[in-house]
Amino acid sequence: MGIQNLLWQVTKKAFTGGIIGVTISDRCCSVVPVRGDSMSPTFNPQRNSYLDDYVLVEKFCLQDYKFARGDVVVFSSPTHFRDRYIKRIVGLPGEWISSSRDVIRVPEGHCWVEGDNKASSLDSRTFGPIPLGLIRGRVTSVVWPPQRNCMLALFMVCAFYIIKWVSIQLHVPQDSLWKL
Amino acid sequence: MRWLRYLNQWRGTAKEALEQVSIVAKFLCLIHVTDRYIISSTHVQGPSMLPTLNLTGDVILTEHLSHRFGKIGLGDIVLVRSPTDPTRMVTKRVLGLEGHRLSFSADPLVGDSSVSVVVPKGHVWIQGDNLYASTDSRNFGPVPYNLIEGKALLRVWPPRFLGSLR
Repeated sequence: MGIQNLLWQVTKKAFTGGIIGVTISDRCCSVVPVRGDSMSPTFNPQRNSYLDDYVLVEKFCLQDYKFARGDVVVFSSPTHFRDRYIKRIVGLPGEWISSSRDVIRVPEGHCWVEGDNKASSLDSRTFGPIPLGLIRGRVTSVVWPPQRNCMLALFMVCAFYIIKWVSIQLHVPQDSLWKL
Repeated sequence: MRWLRYLNQWRGTAKEALEQVSIVAKFLCLIHVTDRYIISSTHVQGPSMLPTLNLTGDVILTEHLSHRFGKIGLGDIVLVRSPTDPTRMVTKRVLGLEGHRLSFSADPLVGDSSVSVVVPKGHVWIQGDNLYASTDSRNFGPVPYNLIEGKALLRVWPPRFLGSLR
């Protein structure tokens, strides 16, 4: 009886946590790993996969789909339905882009994306302009490894000490703080 | 440190308020997940899917599971994010999957000129049932499969047309 109850409690907490996590990751922001070196040296400046960058992707831009030239975005692939790519927007709707062979106009509702590492990047030079509706979020900053983002590391250290100090003032027993 | 003492006094009330807020927040998150990933209702209007869908607007139930598993087939009515305006959703029928060859007439009012096209990899060809009043793949070309957001299940309003869509 006790085991059943415990299992039910754990399932309920996991389900709630999962739903809240999915909502936050859809509407607010999420952290995604960057694979490959098509955005070197902006992301993954070394080729070692142990040191892959993790970036913060914000989803507030999906309310009105207004982007600027130079934004790094995460978008679903136009050719492979399960893939997602991270590239930079270099052309907004209505602009003219000169690709290798000719000059192309970016149609309404589309954008031209290119990787920073032009030598090894699969981008609009191959599959053409992509509809803005494929974009799944905008990259704002690198969150891992911490040495790539000193402001974030500093902030995390300060936040830790502030929380510790406030909990001491509120007489919260220090070992119960870890249970949170 | 007076404000910290006030914090201590109001701890009971704060805890209760936080509990109530968290119940509401969890409920809203559940609504979001159901609406985005399982099933939702959409109001569709416009002449492009006559006679299947009415001009003045219907409410249809759309499910959001099939397209994630790649199970969108020929003849399905799908909800697609418009490739010309990403803030709008359009409802059209899928008439061609990747690799299919289609021929359509570029201007149905004028008549004869026929264009043949092969749907590229990862794309689908969507068309409205009302060929004379629909902007669809005949205008903006095949759309990437990832723009599909849901598949229509059945119509729930107006009640006299309740039932599945064919």
